[in-house]
Amino acid sequence: MTDYTDKIKEIAKRVLAEGKVDMVIGFRAGTVPMMNQPHYAASAEAVEEMIWDSNCGLNLANYLTDKKGKIGIIAKGCDSRNIVTHVIENKIKRDQLYIIGVPCTGMIDHHKINAMFDKEILKVEESGDQITISGSGFSETVSKQDLLAENCAVCTHRNPVEYDELAGELVDEQADVDQYASVSKVEAMTADEKWDYFDDLLSTCIRCYACRNACPLCYCPTCFVDESRPQWVGKSQDPTDVRTFHLLRAYHCAGRCTDCGACERVCPMGIKIREFTKKLNKDCKELYGWEAGLSLDQRPPLDTFKADDPEEFIK
Amino acid sequence: MQNPYLPYPVRIDEIITETEDKSLKTFKFVFLNPEDEKKFAYESGQFGELSIPGLGEIPIGIASSPTEKGFIKFTVFKTGKVTSYLHSMKEGEIMGVRGPLGHPFPWKTLEGKNIVIIGGGFAFTTLRSSIVSILDPANRSKFGDIHVVYGARTPGMLLYKDELAGWAARDDINMNITVDGTDDPEWKYLKGFVPTITEEKAPPGNDDTYAIVCGPPIMIKFTQPVLDKLGYSHDNIIMSLENRMKCGIGICGRCNIGKDFVCKDGPVFTLSQLNEMPKEY
Amino acid sequence: MKLIKVDKKSLDQGIEKAKSAYRVFGPVKEKSDHDFKLLDKEQLPDLDFQNTRLSPKSVIYPQSQIMFQYSLDESKEDCRIMKEVENVTSPMAVIGVRPCDALSFPIVRRNFDTPEYQDTYWVKAYEATTFVGLACNSACGTCFCTSAGTGPFGEEGLDVLLIAEGNDFYVKPLTEKGESFVQAAGWAGEVESAAASKIEEMKTAAEASITATVDTDKLRDKTTLDLYDAPFWEEEAFSCINCGTCTYVCPTCWCFDVQDETCGKSGIRMRNWDSCMFPLFTHHASGHNPRDVKYQRVRQRFMHKLKYYVDKYDNGIQCVGCGRCIRLCPVNIDIRRICNKMNSFDAESCVCEATSS
Repeated sequence: MTDYTDKIKEIAKRVLAEGKVDMVIGFRAGTVPMMNQPHYAASAEAVEEMIWDSNCGLNLANYLTDKKGKIGIIAKGCDSRNIVTHVIENKIKRDQLYIIGVPCTGMIDHHKINAMFDKEILKVEESGDQITISGSGFSETVSKQDLLAENCAVCTHRNPVEYDELAGELVDEQADVDQYASVSKVEAMTADEKWDYFDDLLSTCIRCYACRNACPLCYCPTCFVDESRPQWVGKSQDPTDVRTFHLLRAYHCAGRCTDCGACERVCPMGIKIREFTKKLNKDCKELYGWEAGLSLDQRPPLDTFKADDPEEFIK
Repeated sequence: MQNPYLPYPVRIDEIITETEDKSLKTFKFVFLNPEDEKKFAYESGQFGELSIPGLGEIPIGIASSPTEKGFIKFTVFKTGKVTSYLHSMKEGEIMGVRGPLGHPFPWKTLEGKNIVIIGGGFAFTTLRSSIVSILDPANRSKFGDIHVVYGARTPGMLLYKDELAGWAARDDINMNITVDGTDDPEWKYLKGFVPTITEEKAPPGNDDTYAIVCGPPIMIKFTQPVLDKLGYSHDNIIMSLENRMKCGIGICGRCNIGKDFVCKDGPVFTLSQLNEMPKEY
Repeated sequence: MKLIKVDKKSLDQGIEKAKSAYRVFGPVKEKSDHDFKLLDKEQLPDLDFQNTRLSPKSVIYPQSQIMFQYSLDESKEDCRIMKEVENVTSPMAVIGVRPCDALSFPIVRRNFDTPEYQDTYWVKAYEATTFVGLACNSACGTCFCTSAGTGPFGEEGLDVLLIAEGNDFYVKPLTEKGESFVQAAGWAGEVESAAASKIEEMKTAAEASITATVDTDKLRDKTTLDLYDAPFWEEEAFSCINCGTCTYVCPTCWCFDVQDETCGKSGIRMRNWDSCMFPLFTHHASGHNPRDVKYQRVRQRFMHKLKYYVDKYDNGIQCVGCGRCIRLCPVNIDIRRICNKMNSFDAESCVCEATSS
């Protein structure tokens, strides 16, 4: 995907020069391996810093919330679906945006890669579908497919669903993936096993709220965990409060989550937060045939009512 | 080692509703342990943390004067979770107070000087404390002329109405009580905003005259140019700030303005000091 | 104090032995990362790590800590009277503290232990603790301790320094507390005559392995308002998502919130780590917020560490160069970049427009 960079720069410079946008939101190279930084360019000079590779896993729609003016934005499949969700939820207007679509072949998982090596990784280079990871005294080349973030590995919407221009040829969508394999595994557990599983999953949470803050859906002016009147949830490390935060946040994302994986990517403790959202995505798919952010013309199932809505789960 | 977070237990001795909209009440507290009153030795301008178990703490300026013994008083505006609960509490109930906290007005510097006290709305509490202290027979001779400009939106929104009337009748303090507007035919004081009245009534600035200003941001914003015009040096303009606080002792980290904490290094600053600090209040 | 050398087995046996007199904390690998934990009987610290994911600050200053308890039962005499909870004062020892993290304790102490007020919780825990450090023989790419007032063999803040050499450890007691711990552990063993020069060589090599640096020499001479009004804050803060990662993983971030919680007729007052990245941190009850906008909060964090602290204590920056915030920031805000920007900022020659918004 590194070859998108030149095309992105060319488009960004052009739309800035033509006055179509005031800024273009994209990525610039980070200062540590596998960590690109969201960045905006308002000048051709700033565009030069822009980059595209397999470390652009953050969701840039998160930077659009309530923005004024005309904005260019680089969007892979999931970003574009969250842009659609933002438009549907009135957080930005479609005509404010110039969407530079990036057909995506997946982002690599820095948590997984860091865990593969005992030593510090000093350099990660990408060449086609090969990733070379090196550090002091070691270097290993691995197929990108084996290093994909879990959400990317099961992604079926790699191409942007909404765009003004593409930075590359559309890619084939993955067909033979079981999107919900991880959910099925949990569903098969007994109640006690589930309890233990989620208990362990959240045991390291430090409540930094990186998951919430990296999520384009979490734009509430005051999150329920920050409300003081009434105070819905305690602020300590009490497991009940930690669980309450994660479960309620996941429910707030029901029918809206695009499984972009930003929550997991940003978690400093490597918690698999998608284990919650994924289940709700599966339910939405099975109950309503719904996947979030695919169309500007359809309202999400949880903010509409139809006489034939399924109701077997309400008992 | 003294635990600085441990409040002194107090009993609510009296609750006075101060304003017509009932948004301000004065709470008079008596220490459960008499020795705690000695530990709570304060000067006008300091504040305390009112502590309600189960709800939390709030920093409030001390409205009583060190010359008043046997109790401490705080006038509290009903605004957040803790203050709302406090407003629902009854005389006789037990709660806690921590303090005194922060720096008082610079009383040593102010000795022998003329003082103009300018207050607006419910920010008159530590100014009430100051006036009571100054007017105490043991203290009055330590100061020169005392002018007060105090304004509220309406007569019914003035704090300490009986005391104001008493001070207005004295000849050792020059009271200028004003309201933004009123159609009350009985109103015998001034009408007009605090900055305007200050311009008309305050003495000109000089090395021996200090202004103490407490009020809402909008009042402070418009009073400052008036004091500049009257010739007050920024070293002679004393202000008291508010910021969100928790610990009150400069440790929890949230109320800083630049390197200074409003709780521990303030809340009292001169305008000269504030001019060098970020405007994060 | 006498330098000692022990092999790995004696080191481990000593740690186990010391548990009879100390509650011993050390790095433990859980899932894929190391963090400091209270070691159970027979449980040994895993000293094969570069640095722990979270800093050891939580040993002294837990993320959630109960301060007081009280009853809300009106029929009880002590209803609504705050009672102190039992403070831990039995001796603790933390094994495997890296020198960068060790320096964070004297830094943080300036906040918690002041001439006017002593934070009893922090001070008692600190005084009860013996810090047993582990020198770094090779640095991470994000380590910049040598430009933050310490180094891979730094001793400030430590009571004992361990230096790993092959399968052996040099044990260097630095304080009386450290001496007592060494005795409790029963560590004894002669060192070879060239030990001191050997350690010096290792130290030089370790320092040479540090590739990252920051410049801090000009921070003190800048005026606060020049830096505060510098034009780069909005751009540097653009990617920030205002999470608490940087502050929570930082060994020198000390801010906290106080919360009351009740259950039935009894309750506690507790404190929890807080973060200047959170809007609520400075939000007034009136609705006004002096740091309402994201870049103001980002600016606060860096101004605090690199300017306000520098001015207040005249003792360097409030950063030990451990690099955790660089490694864990989800959006790659890099303190090295910001620090260098601040240090080299010249308000006079800045042709940029004053900060907008």
